Amino acid sequence: MSALVVCEDIWKIYRLGDVEVQALRGIDLLIEEGEFVAIMGASGSGKSTLMNILGCLDHPTRGRYLLRGVDVAGLGANQLAEIRNRQIGFVFQNFNLIPRTSALENVQLPLFYRGMPLRQQRVLAAEALARVGLQGREGHYPSQLSGGQQQRVAIARALVVSPSLLLADEPTGNLDSTSSQEIMDILSRLNKEQGITIILVTHEIDIAAYAKRELVMKDGRIVADRHIARDASSLSVETS
Amino acid sequence: MMIFLWLTALHALRVLSRNRLRTGLTVLGIVVGVGAVIAMVSIGEGAKIAVAERVASMGTNVILILPGAVTTSGVRGGQGGAVTLTTADALELKKRVPLIHEIGWGRRDVLQVVNGHKNWNATVNGISQSYLSIRGWSFVSGGPFTQQDLETAAPVAVLGQTAVDNLFEPGEEPVGTIIRINHVPFRVIGVLAPKGQSAEGRDQDDVIFIPFTTAERKVFGTRFLGAVGALFASTERIEDLDQAVAEIREVLRQRHRLQPDQDDDFIIRTQVDIGKVHEETGQTLTMMLLAIAAVSLLVGGIGIMNVLLVSVTERTKEIGVCMAVGATRQQILIQFLAEAVILSMIGGCLGIVVGMLGVQTTTTLAGWPTIITPETVGAAFVFSLVIGLFFGLYPANKAALLNPIDALRYE
Repeated sequence: MSALVVCEDIWKIYRLGDVEVQALRGIDLLIEEGEFVAIMGASGSGKSTLMNILGCLDHPTRGRYLLRGVDVAGLGANQLAEIRNRQIGFVFQNFNLIPRTSALENVQLPLFYRGMPLRQQRVLAAEALARVGLQGREGHYPSQLSGGQQQRVAIARALVVSPSLLLADEPTGNLDSTSSQEIMDILSRLNKEQGITIILVTHEIDIAAYAKRELVMKDGRIVADRHIARDASSLSVETS
Repeated sequence: MMIFLWLTALHALRVLSRNRLRTGLTVLGIVVGVGAVIAMVSIGEGAKIAVAERVASMGTNVILILPGAVTTSGVRGGQGGAVTLTTADALELKKRVPLIHEIGWGRRDVLQVVNGHKNWNATVNGISQSYLSIRGWSFVSGGPFTQQDLETAAPVAVLGQTAVDNLFEPGEEPVGTIIRINHVPFRVIGVLAPKGQSAEGRDQDDVIFIPFTTAERKVFGTRFLGAVGALFASTERIEDLDQAVAEIREVLRQRHRLQPDQDDDFIIRTQVDIGKVHEETGQTLTMMLLAIAAVSLLVGGIGIMNVLLVSVTERTKEIGVCMAVGATRQQILIQFLAEAVILSMIGGCLGIVVGMLGVQTTTTLAGWPTIITPETVGAAFVFSLVIGLFFGLYPANKAALLNPIDALRYE
């Protein structure tokens, strides 16, 4: 396996008026391809900030972030957009589907920004929807779908670009337990069967339990990094 | 990129069709603006051409020479205050200015004309034989008088249409009838084709032409023989007008023995001069109406900007999502610009239809001449497009410059 994400001493410092907020205080992280990582921690611990940086939505103040060996800090806005478009899939807590737009078209969105021909967009988007079990619902609008189904559309939108990295920011935060389980099953399957690297932010321990590795953040630092053996019988936890 | 643009346009159309009422109200300003531009320019162009036609109806290559003011011991008489032009001047000009193709003269007076129990006060023109052809008159029946009529001061008359209408019953044939002008009997030998109003708004058809000699000897009376009210010269080509005017002036100054420090005792005008004045008036009018149209387009543009700003705020989160899935700033910019341009283009097309209907109605109801040229329509359309681009730029730029993280978090 090769290193997909390498973070070296990443700092993120905001200025809120006169107050300096250190959201990330020296993150060192290595994630290899095919990993399924859960990031846990209290709110304000820097999880979301780290996700934004990993998702190339934000630049670190200091430190290096290599995605597949490419130093992201040196890239311009358009190159970052292209990385987000081709290598990263986002799944958000509140789904973030475009309203009054069909499921299929929501999934087409990243392909639309690639300038892909419409027919090809539709084929790929329909495939992605089928992979999350939503065949036959291509024409439904988000308002006609349940929360779980909406989140599956969002996963399909992340999948359709065949990303190297799927970032899920509390994907089950707005879902009931049945839907949560469905979503987590889909994510686990994608990780296991297709080897998609997944980084998941969550509050809930049972959701984090789906992951193979668990990071705990506190005050802008990673305070624990555990690899979890995935046979359910012996839950052997190694602490690094 | 082309695919992206095409899909963006489709997408923008969909977004706009979702909110039809808002879209409709937004484009209203542009519709009114473009409609006004079309209507105004068409009416303006129509008026301009109507003026040009009227000027042309008087003959475009005609030089008009009028008696001018005579200064006697420092007292300047008004225009036409003295008899300074004669038939002899005309003949001399014809001899000495080779650019002159034809020269004619006339004197006019308003006199009572009687036919049977009907009477009418018409402008009676005593004219030389070449006058009618110089001024471009044609006949609907009968014909002009001859050189012999002139030499013998024959009592014959040619009538304009208005004079005919007022002196004869409908359907009555004027040619061959005897009418009385100032108690002198005249035989009608021709009826002229109507010319309509002159550029000054005078009815050119309210006229009776008689031989100049007959006029001065039998009808008007004269202070001395050969005094004329005006000379008319024509050139072969319009381009020769200026040169001919200069030469005529020289010859007349010599003949009238004017010292270099003395003013001309005559006035030379060409139809081109007269036409220019009217064209300028028309242009002023068109410019004024265009200014009004521009104001309504401006208001329409501001409407588009306003709606787009609201739309950007409403869709902040959506924009954040688009950026997260890889939309570049330029793509977001183009998306919102496309909406603005499509809005204004819809407005432009509707405005063109409204403008054309307005023009049609004006022509039918008010009877104004109007002309819709493809240039007008094209310009109006392009103008609406530019308005869309201009007023879309600020909101689109605002959308494009959103920070993706803030946009995603926006509630």
